[in-house]
Amino acid sequence: MKEYFRQSMDWLHTWTGLVVSWVLLFIFLTGTAGYFDTEIDRWMQPEVPAVAAQPPTEQIVAVALARLRQQAPAAERWFIHLPGDRSEPSLRIRWQSAQAADGTRAVNGNEQLDSASGLPTAARATGGGQFLYKMHYRLHYLSKDVAYWTVGVATMFMLVALITGIIVHKQIFVDFFTFRPGKGQRTWLDAHNVLSVLSLPFQLMITYSGLIFFSITLMPLIVAAYYAPGEPGRQSFRSEFERGIEVKPAGIAAPLTPIAPLLNLAQARWGADVQQYRIEIRHPDDANARISLRHAIDSPSHYSEVLVFDGVSGALLTIQPAAASNAKAVRNVFIGLHVGRFADTLLRWLYFAFGLLGSGMIATGLVLWAVKRRQRAEQQNGAAHFGLRLVERLNIGTIVGLPIAIAAYFWANRLLPLDLPQRGAWEVHVVFIVWAIMLLHATLRPPSRAWIEQFGLAAAAFALLPVLNAITTDRHLAHSIAADDWVFAGFDLTMLGLGVVFLWSARKLARRAHTAVLATPLKPGSAVNGSAMLADERANQANPL
Amino acid sequence: MSNDRQPTASYRLAIASRITAAILGGYALATLFSIALAGLPAAHRADSVLAALLLSFAIYAAAILWAFAARSAWLAWLGLLVPAVLSSVSIWLLR
Repeated sequence: MKEYFRQSMDWLHTWTGLVVSWVLLFIFLTGTAGYFDTEIDRWMQPEVPAVAAQPPTEQIVAVALARLRQQAPAAERWFIHLPGDRSEPSLRIRWQSAQAADGTRAVNGNEQLDSASGLPTAARATGGGQFLYKMHYRLHYLSKDVAYWTVGVATMFMLVALITGIIVHKQIFVDFFTFRPGKGQRTWLDAHNVLSVLSLPFQLMITYSGLIFFSITLMPLIVAAYYAPGEPGRQSFRSEFERGIEVKPAGIAAPLTPIAPLLNLAQARWGADVQQYRIEIRHPDDANARISLRHAIDSPSHYSEVLVFDGVSGALLTIQPAAASNAKAVRNVFIGLHVGRFADTLLRWLYFAFGLLGSGMIATGLVLWAVKRRQRAEQQNGAAHFGLRLVERLNIGTIVGLPIAIAAYFWANRLLPLDLPQRGAWEVHVVFIVWAIMLLHATLRPPSRAWIEQFGLAAAAFALLPVLNAITTDRHLAHSIAADDWVFAGFDLTMLGLGVVFLWSARKLARRAHTAVLATPLKPGSAVNGSAMLADERANQANPL
Repeated sequence: MSNDRQPTASYRLAIASRITAAILGGYALATLFSIALAGLPAAHRADSVLAALLLSFAIYAAAILWAFAARSAWLAWLGLLVPAVLSSVSIWLLR
C-alpha cells in the first residue's frame, strides 16, 4: 500500500510538474524580476536623475494638488504618493472617477511628476519594471479573465506538484546534502532536489498566496452561495471589507483643508518618514470631502492603519484598523508575503534569489523529465517520440530563450526610437517576438547545438547590457559606482553576473559536446554497460550538463 | 501506474477517469465543502466566507491527491462523492 501510494504520487508529481511548467517558468521569471520593479523602472528611464533633492513636503503636496485640479477636476478620488520611498522614488498622482451608474468602468489615470515643478517627468515612454512585473499574472495579449484562469490553473498544478514532490521525497534531508556532479540523470535529480528543498517554504508560500490573489475569481460559487451570483455578489462581498468611508458628495463646493497639519498629526502617531505616506482625497473640493492617510508598511501585514479626516474642517473622524477581521488579517499576511513590499534591501535580494531558485527548480525538473526519457529511448534503440522532442525543444526555447527575451526587453528600451508611437507596448512586443524566434531556433537546430547557441546568445545579451547602457546614456557603470547610484550600478552588475552564468553554461556544454564527439568512436561494441553509458552520453548531449 | 511504457486501453481509461475526478470532481468537492464551512455559525458571514475561500485550495489539493492515491478509479470517485454529499447535507441543514 505504502509503495503504491508513493508510486502514484510520483506519477502525479511528474505530470503535474510537466504540463504547465513553461507557463510557470514565465510566471516565475517575470515575477522574480518584479521584486525589483521600481529599480528596473528607474534603469529604463535614464533621463530621470538618480537622486533629486526634494522640496519641503508642503510644497510637494501643493504642486500635486494643482496638477490634480488641472488633470482631473471631476474625479471622485485623488491619490498623492509622496516621493522618497523605494517603491515610490518620484512624486506620483493618481485619480479615479466615480463608477458610472450604467456599470461602465471608472476612468483612472496616473502621472509621475517632478516634485519641484509639478509637471510630468520628462522621460522616455517605457513599459518599465511595472510591465515586467504585471506580466507574471496578466500574461499579455490575453483578456483579464483568461489570464487569471490560466495563471490560476497553472498555480494549482504547481501546488499539487509541490505537495507530491515532498511526499515522494523519502530522504529529504539526506538528499539535501547530496550532489553528484557529472552523473547525467542523477545529477539533474540532485540539482532539482537541492533547489527545491532549499527554497521549499518560499515556494509553498508564493504558490498558495498566488492562489489567494485569485480566490474570488477561481472559486466564484463560494461567494455566490452567500451573496448574489456573478459580479454584483462579488462586489457586495468585497465591500464588506472596504475600509474607505462611504460618504456621498454634498454637491456644494468647499475649500480643501491644508494637508500639512494632517501629515504632522499622522507623523506624531506613526513616527515613520512622511515621505512614505499616501494621501487619498475623496470628493475633493466638495463640502463632504474626506482625506485619508496611510503609511508604507514595514511588515508583511500589507495594509496600514488609516486616519480619516474631514476634508474641510480637518477634524480627525476615525482611525481604521489595518485589518477588519482575523480572516482578513490572515489574507493580508499571505498577500503581503507574496508581494514583499515590506522587504528592505537584503530581504529583497533574498526574495529575488528564492525566485531564481524556484525558476531553477522548474527548469531542472523539466530537463530531468527529458533526460530520463531520452535515455530510455536511446537504450531501446528507438527514436525519440514526438512528445519527448516537443518537450526538449520547449525546454531550450523557454529555459534559455525566455531569459534572452527578457534581456531583449532591456535592449529595446535603449534602442527603439524615442519618438516611436506606442513605444512602451513595442518594448513588450519585442519580448514575445524574441521568445518566438528562440522557440523556432530550438526546433530547427539539433538540441545539443541549440542549447549551446542559446546559452551563448544569452551570455552576450546580458553581459553586453552594461556596455549598451554606457553607449546610449552617460550613466555607465563606473559613473554609477562613483556617484553611489546603486540602482543603476546594481542593475548593470546583476546583468553582468547573469551573463557570466550563461557564458559558463555555454562553455561547459561546448566542452562536453566536444569530448563526447571524441569519445564516440572508441566505444562501439563494448559490453551492455558500455552501450548504456553511450546512451547516457547521447542523452546528455540532447539535455545539458 | 508507474509503468507507462505500454499502456493498455483500460489503463488509459482509468487514468482519464482519475484525471476527470481530480480536476472536476475535486473542484466540485472543494466548492461544496467550502460553502459548508462558510455556513458554520459565525459572527460575520463575510469573515467565514473569506476563511472558506482561503482554505478552498487546500481542500482542492487534497481531493486531487486522493483521486490518484485511491486504489482504483471507482474508489477515487467514491471518496470524492461521499464528502461532497455530506457537505451538501450540511449546507442544506445550516441554511
